[in-house]
Amino acid sequence: MHNDIILLGHGSGGKLSHQLLDDLIIPTLSGTALKDQNDAAVLAIPPGEGRLAFTTDSYVVDPLFFSGGNIGDLAINGTVNDLAMSGARPLAISVGLILEEGLPIADLKLILQSMRKAAKAADVAIVTGDTKVVPRGKADRIFINTAGIGIVEHGITLGGSQARAGDKVLINGTIGDHGMAILSRRENLEIEADICSDSAPLHDLVADILAAGGHSVHVLRDPTRGGVATTLKEIALQSQVEIILEEKHLPCRREVHGICRLLGLDPLYVANEGKLLCVVAENKAADVLHAMKKHPLGHQACFIGEIQGSNFGRVTLRTAIGGLRSVDMLTGEQLPRIC
Amino acid sequence: MPDGDYQNPEIARGYADSLQKRLAAHPTSITLMEVCGTHTMSIYQHGIRDLLPPNLRLVSGPGCPVCVTPVSTLDRAIALAQQKDILIATFGDMVRVPGSASSLLREQALGAHIQIVYSPLDALALARRNPQKHIVFLGIGFETTAPTVAATLVKAQDEGMDNFSVLCAHKTMPAAMAALTADANLTVDGYLCPAHVSAIIGADAYRFLAEERRIPCVITGFEPLDILQGIDMALAQILEERPRVDIQYQRFVTPAGNRLAQALLAKVFEPCDAEWRGLGTIVGSGLRLREEFASFDAEKIWPVAIPLSKESPACRCGDILKGLIQPGDCPLFARTCTPENPVGACMVSNEGTCAAAYRFGI
Ligand code: SF4
Ligand code: SF4
Repeated sequence: MHNDIILLGHGSGGKLSHQLLDDLIIPTLSGTALKDQNDAAVLAIPPGEGRLAFTTDSYVVDPLFFSGGNIGDLAINGTVNDLAMSGARPLAISVGLILEEGLPIADLKLILQSMRKAAKAADVAIVTGDTKVVPRGKADRIFINTAGIGIVEHGITLGGSQARAGDKVLINGTIGDHGMAILSRRENLEIEADICSDSAPLHDLVADILAAGGHSVHVLRDPTRGGVATTLKEIALQSQVEIILEEKHLPCRREVHGICRLLGLDPLYVANEGKLLCVVAENKAADVLHAMKKHPLGHQACFIGEIQGSNFGRVTLRTAIGGLRSVDMLTGEQLPRIC
Repeated sequence: MPDGDYQNPEIARGYADSLQKRLAAHPTSITLMEVCGTHTMSIYQHGIRDLLPPNLRLVSGPGCPVCVTPVSTLDRAIALAQQKDILIATFGDMVRVPGSASSLLREQALGAHIQIVYSPLDALALARRNPQKHIVFLGIGFETTAPTVAATLVKAQDEGMDNFSVLCAHKTMPAAMAALTADANLTVDGYLCPAHVSAIIGADAYRFLAEERRIPCVITGFEPLDILQGIDMALAQILEERPRVDIQYQRFVTPAGNRLAQALLAKVFEPCDAEWRGLGTIVGSGLRLREEFASFDAEKIWPVAIPLSKESPACRCGDILKGLIQPGDCPLFARTCTPENPVGACMVSNEGTCAAAYRFGI
């Protein structure tokens, strides 16, 4: 009779648990998920293909549903992207669901369906999983933990410490869309603007980038929480270089820019979910940019800065009016100004 | 990303060149104070200092509402947060500001109910949704924020709410600026007056500063070109030695201001003496709730004992807020005092001078 919301019993391991798995989770994720419910998935690794990449992440987002996606596709895309940024082709994903008692089954269903769609789109299998239910108040409706495994071809070495003086910094499109989509849906912020999350799987774009740039591609990073600023600062520190950013080249939608300005936020620090920063040697930068622009997720790709070997660990922004200022990591959350 | 209209690099360069030329022959250095925290942010964020002549100094004033809220207000908020039936609703930055022994953020981690809101109306909505709790909104901010708090209180009164109150620590800008000009140590030659505040109170509110105290005032917008033009206008007044109140930000500011908001302020609040962090008590610079709104006055309906407030003795926030020193002159800056671990309020707020210098300084 209570089949419309999650009950504690759904996590008991007993009958209700099996019903949830058999009636909802497995059928919805099927086509991506292995049907045999073993404790572990056994994966065949293509012989002689390369090395494994392994990543895990947890997703807690409020609101669960926002324009451009929901926590489900966010979890899949996020994991695919984490793999892609190390140059890996995603192979398999695990999904751990932590459900709060009282979560509407209908919401869970929508979330699972988006996960399935996202997994299909990224050509990755959801191969194992786990479901727990916690009493009301012990979680915020649903938390999703994922882990992902991917294959890195021989010879590819990407990493935050690989940036070199002279390299160019590229991005595949506008900044701040995801964070502003989330913020504008927060209950009390009455913002009437059509801002969509950019949540998307980037492995395909990465494949094109690597095909065009080869070993000249030094760093790939997705600037999620903390935004482009925080990610670039990390790279500058890891590589002990200086990154000079050109504000006039930074792509940002008018709406995103407008709301940021209204609230006193800096788009450089706002989260993205379908963007990547690519640091590439100068001789291949044009080729990589060209390849990015040809991909649907990169048609707005552009050059935003370059690497210098002078001020180690710094990120410096040349502002639109021609001044210089430094760019640091985000501390705490970005909060709207008071007036 | 630049906004073409107000960030045109050629126009900016034009202002910068003209400033350089006009000050090249000037024998002494000129100090302008930007009173508003949002100006401070904008100046750092757009790298404006980088474009100015070396003998033109910009110092930041007491224009960030978070920075000037005294420790005693925070201690009172913390004491209220420790009551089990109270939920504190507040603007974001306030939760990180250190009180004498704790911060709201720390109290939250210890179990206190604290909720960040984006407007006082959100706090009122919280009160409607949580009838079993009492919502105390931290009323901080200048003439810009105070009218929305006033409107919220009028609404709460109309609706007969009995689980909503305001811990009132609102302050007014001109009184503080006047107090600064009375300080003999002050070396400020002109003010860039706050934009949003001025949209409410109007340019006439600063006339006494120009006419009686002989301090040039320019009400300036937040865009880089606004600020450069505002600096240019202030410089003109200083070099001509003809102090007056100029409005650079004519898009939003008039001589008389917003009468509706002023009426609302007068209906709900009355002036009082107020304590400013780092500046001490300034006569007539605060707003308190009128008798008619006493039932919404958190201080009256929740009398809590607070310990004797103490600030970190090494903190030089007061001198920062008066424009006497720059952030780098404080021995704690970027050492013991960082945005992650702030000692003083100026390092906490997004609009705080030390935070801006830490984040954007070259
Ligand atoms: S409260 Fe208004 S005047 Fe004060 S710092 Fe903020 S924007 Fe400026
Ligand atoms: S560095 Fe910290 S302690 Fe020093 S003045 Fe600034 S905020 Fe106060």
